[in-house]
Amino acid sequence: MDATVTVNGAILDVLLPVDADNFTDIALGIEKLLSTENFDKIAFHLQADRAWNSRVLAAIRSIEEIAGKYKVSSDYAGLPEGAVKILGLAQTGSDADNSLREPPPSDLLFIAGTATADVAKGTVGTLSFLGAALASFVRFFIGTANFRKSDFLTYIKAAGPQALPIVLLVNLLLGVILAFMGAVQLQQFGAEIFVADLVALAQTREIAPMMTAIILAGRTGAAYAAQLGTMQVNEEVDALETFGFAPMDFLVLPRMAALAIMTPLLVLYADAIGIFGGYLIGVFLLGLGSVEYIVQTQNAIEAKDVLLGIVKGGVFGVLVAIAGCLQGIRSGRSASAVGDAATKAVVSGIIAIIVATAVFAVFTNMFGI
Amino acid sequence: MNQNQIEISVRNLTMAYGDFVIQRDLEFDIKKGEIFIIMGDSGSGKSTLLKHLIGLKRPADGSIYYGEKDFWKSGGGTRRSISRRFGVLYQSGALWSSMTLGENVALPISSYTNYSPKEIEEIVSFKLSLVGLYGFEDFYPSEISGGMKKRAGLARAMALDPEILFFDEPSAGLDPISSKRLDDLIIELRDGLGTTIVVVTHELASIFAIGDRGVFVDADAKTQTALGPITQLRQSPPNEKIAEFLNRGKKPSMTETRP
Repeated sequence: MDATVTVNGAILDVLLPVDADNFTDIALGIEKLLSTENFDKIAFHLQADRAWNSRVLAAIRSIEEIAGKYKVSSDYAGLPEGAVKILGLAQTGSDADNSLREPPPSDLLFIAGTATADVAKGTVGTLSFLGAALASFVRFFIGTANFRKSDFLTYIKAAGPQALPIVLLVNLLLGVILAFMGAVQLQQFGAEIFVADLVALAQTREIAPMMTAIILAGRTGAAYAAQLGTMQVNEEVDALETFGFAPMDFLVLPRMAALAIMTPLLVLYADAIGIFGGYLIGVFLLGLGSVEYIVQTQNAIEAKDVLLGIVKGGVFGVLVAIAGCLQGIRSGRSASAVGDAATKAVVSGIIAIIVATAVFAVFTNMFGI
Repeated sequence: MNQNQIEISVRNLTMAYGDFVIQRDLEFDIKKGEIFIIMGDSGSGKSTLLKHLIGLKRPADGSIYYGEKDFWKSGGGTRRSISRRFGVLYQSGALWSSMTLGENVALPISSYTNYSPKEIEEIVSFKLSLVGLYGFEDFYPSEISGGMKKRAGLARAMALDPEILFFDEPSAGLDPISSKRLDDLIIELRDGLGTTIVVVTHELASIFAIGDRGVFVDADAKTQTALGPITQLRQSPPNEKIAEFLNRGKKPSMTETRP
């Protein structure tokens, strides 16, 4: 059954059955009628069984809104008492202070302006966080930083040993891939043996630090952001502050220190695994001698190559920890804000790693390392 | 207990988030050993006021004095030494979720005293039994109920025998019996230890049961509209809104309430 409008002298009779297909057409029809003729009031009616639900009441309210524009009043005589009461309740209006939520202007200038202001604010926030992190690091070495040693060990365990399987898998395959790629080219010159050089150099200097750091950004950086974000939601960070514990010392420092220590160790492990991956291809697919491959590898890399990788690992570890903790501490107090914080932690962590890799490339090239 | 000694004075305080002013010209004193209620309608900034008092949010203007010291104009060191004197019970307890209840209570004690581990253990067990949680030392916050979290939060707030205790909506989310028990506990703490207690609440039963004096912050007026002893505010409310608030929405005729 459809909703219907009947003109009854100066009164518009509107019948709103509870199971009507839609009430939008009827509202449009009423608007058309009101705009052409003058009516005294609109009388609402329900079906014989006087059934109603929120949908009917919502339709009545939107029809009244239209009627209000033409100064036509409503007649509720055809509605049951309960429905009239609920309609009255909806009319008491909202006490929401709309000045609080004024929609921002949508012109380009405003958007560009606020975006710039946000960038400036974000940069200042990041810089002050970095400053505080540095100060905290200094306190760590002087020994005045206040944090729980057991927390530190937990983070060490979570960042290091628990990451071993995935670091193993990724770096073993990377070693294999590097060896394959090198072999295709080098075979043309009958120089398969240099696969060992390629794998060893690439792995220790570039691939192992970068890939390990990216794994940690996804594993540990995101975890840090989620942990600190949830603590923000639960007021746990506030509780720390009112007890006089600096969140920077108590929460950020042990996490940062854990990654700064564990990443270089993981890089060293990744070096060995990657080289082993290359060895498997060299010996079993390219037919190189086992000893030959090992000696070639030993001659290819020097201590400085391995050291460079380790230093990079330390730097990347700190970057990942800072990205995770910064986003976590800054997180808003809702479930989606914590999710955003984790996402931002991973994205900014990976960006920081890549940029730092480029900076390292420029400097190592400049100083011939 | 010297009833006239002033513990906290708020002077000309303006609170704002960015350009949006929440409350202005707040001015009141909290006396030593009293139970002071911060009340107001929702959105009036009661909890924000608490954040200013406990050092989590900087005032847009005005000062908060603890004794002679201007809390926000002092350096970080002085501020920390002032915060050492108070404990805070957060609305949801805000226990550190990675630690057991015992560790939660022990952390402030072990950080700020030289007591032996054995002694700390005894103090922790004592504080937990004060709030009826004896034997729950090894439970994690996620393993206990909301009311228990609140009580554990109180045990932690009391860890360092604070001179001032702040409560943010102590009865929120508690059943009437637990809420009454918490009220009794608050009174006992004040009577037994002489602790100054500041409570943010809009729970009428609590306000009348425990409050000595209070301030009413109004969301529409954006400032305090009443200050004084709770009984006096109830008998002769300074304005209609407070009369309505203290009578749970019923509008009493002014002649009836005037003595």
